[in-house]
Amino acid sequence: MKIHEYQAKELFRKYNIPIPKGKVAFTSEEAVLAAKELGEYPVVIKAQIHAGGRGKGGGVKLANSEAEVKETAAHIIGMNLLTRQTGAEGRIVKKVLVEQGLNIEKELYLSVLPDRATGKNLIIASEAGGMDIEAVAEGTPEKLIKVYVDPLIGIQSYHLRQVAFGLNISADCIKEFFGLLKGLFNFFTDYDCSLVEINPLVITKENNVMALDAKVDFDDNALFRHKDILEFRDIDEEDPLEVEASKYGLNYINLDGNIGNMVNGAGLAMATMDIIKQAGAEPANFLDVGGGANAVMIENGFRIILRDSKVKGILINIFGGILRCDVLASGVVEAAKKSDINIPVVVRMEGTNVAEGRKILADSGLDLITAVDIKDAAQKVGSIANGNLNGGKPIEHIRK
Amino acid sequence: MSIFVNKNTKVVVQGITGKEGRFHTAQCVSYGTKIVAGVTPGKGGQNADNIPVFNTVAEAVFNTKADCSLIFVPPQFAADAIMEAADAGIEMIVAITEGIPIADMMRVKGFLKDKNTRLIGPNCPGIITPGECKIGIMPAPIHTAGGPIGVISRSGTLTYEAVYQLTLKGIGQTTCIGIGGDPVNGTNFIDCLKAFQKDPDTKGIVMVGEIGGSAEEQAAEFISSYVTKHVVGFIAGLTAPAGRRMGHAGAIISGGSGTATGKITAMKRAGINVCENLGTFGELCAEVFRFAV
Repeated sequence: MKIHEYQAKELFRKYNIPIPKGKVAFTSEEAVLAAKELGEYPVVIKAQIHAGGRGKGGGVKLANSEAEVKETAAHIIGMNLLTRQTGAEGRIVKKVLVEQGLNIEKELYLSVLPDRATGKNLIIASEAGGMDIEAVAEGTPEKLIKVYVDPLIGIQSYHLRQVAFGLNISADCIKEFFGLLKGLFNFFTDYDCSLVEINPLVITKENNVMALDAKVDFDDNALFRHKDILEFRDIDEEDPLEVEASKYGLNYINLDGNIGNMVNGAGLAMATMDIIKQAGAEPANFLDVGGGANAVMIENGFRIILRDSKVKGILINIFGGILRCDVLASGVVEAAKKSDINIPVVVRMEGTNVAEGRKILADSGLDLITAVDIKDAAQKVGSIANGNLNGGKPIEHIRK
Repeated sequence: MSIFVNKNTKVVVQGITGKEGRFHTAQCVSYGTKIVAGVTPGKGGQNADNIPVFNTVAEAVFNTKADCSLIFVPPQFAADAIMEAADAGIEMIVAITEGIPIADMMRVKGFLKDKNTRLIGPNCPGIITPGECKIGIMPAPIHTAGGPIGVISRSGTLTYEAVYQLTLKGIGQTTCIGIGGDPVNGTNFIDCLKAFQKDPDTKGIVMVGEIGGSAEEQAAEFISSYVTKHVVGFIAGLTAPAGRRMGHAGAIISGGSGTATGKITAMKRAGINVCENLGTFGELCAEVFRFAV
């Protein structure tokens, strides 16, 4: 789960990680009040969305007077911000963070994340701050400092020294830096983060260390023990269909294609998306109904796919294991009866209770297209994409 | 022969009295797996479908000599359950549970380092040696006993699909292992490859991977140096967008690494026969494993 910069900074404050003074504002009037509270100019006005690259997209601006604050905030709030991470549709900005301007001497990069290959926590730091760290890793990997921390031992002073000396932190602010890094690491482990990133971490002309930005992502699997974080969830930042799917316990991701699909199991779901593409169409979504899906979940999944207006056809691919084919078939039939399906639906199922499942579909009187295997399903999806199948008309009778 | 588990493996089921645990225990028993005990704290002394239930794994091991544990414990308590099993001397732990926090799994991994325990999973379908024992949740009828192909996969239903296509071509399996879809797991591709390479009855290997991490790339490197048996590979997620978690906690392309294309390239370079269209998987296997058809 992602949170906003201003929320991350609230949490940073609890861990004594120095941050610039500032306040969140939902209107330009609130932004002016926030700037007045700060008491001196310039101030920085930063769009709050769950995507990086805000500066380049025009979502971060300096303001030198009250009038400029009002004008800039009014411009940013409500704008459709396009960044390299928002996708082509952009993101509507609903709030800004108004912060004190700083006299920046140096910009650094600092992050902590779990490293899957070693099973340890990894601190990454670089003197090339403010830049895209992936570009730094690609172009000049020697500029990255990597320090691994054993989760059974936790952070030690030598870890702190390795990072600080690696970054050439001056003696004037090294103690402050140690405090910041220790706080950041403790925050990371206390809250089960899957990423904390400060880019840039700045050293001011007055030799203060400060987190100018804050990006935090939490391990969704650990949210059960961090109930206080749940209130930070901002569903405005999420796709409405994905929000709805999550209510039903469905794993759904909305994509740009034209063939909807419903599959059990994440690996098979990805492979099914790939097949759709190889058949000459584009997957409209990822939908894993999971191993324990019941008829109601199937029905809801079906409805969510149908609500996506880009969808011109649907492929259902189920390999029955725990999820039995008869359960799937009942769910599809219920959903189809309740919704007005005017696009072709290809059903391929195999595994537990497949005969019963096929019978339920056949007896339903619905115009469903049955595929005998994945290859057959791909060909039928290809025909839909090429316009050879339409109006929900079956090209063959359902196999019994 | 087989790897890791066989008809003599004695299994204790942790979480045997839960809905999932009870259902799948019955399935395993009817397949012929020796399920000798169950563990549910507080229910010691009871029976679950004629299987004695104990309060702790240590008690179960002491009384039944179980050497393998199958875990259905909910994610909040699963890391603890794995460590309990390892501490009780269990040599093979199969953790089905999905949704264990990554920090918990990192601790488990550290804990297991000096133990003589192999962990399979978590977030996996388990392991099956067709005809001998099924320790997991996979549908039994799709498998064919007698080998000669070993199957390793990060996925569940995608493995079923691959195994089923093998079976339809008349190709049997020695052992099929789901290593799980989590970013931090126990047994990895290389551990399984080593074991299959050593197993005289395994003549060919199927390796099913997906986006995220670099386990497939490392496995490919290992194969090019140490594996002399034929390998067919498949990678799911060619169309997966970057930065999105595709169902499995570990299936995410981050910072341009972990892409399907990168993995396929690495596997081809290692001489692996990569299937690029799941619809033709069985056909490719029938060709590569001609000796088995």
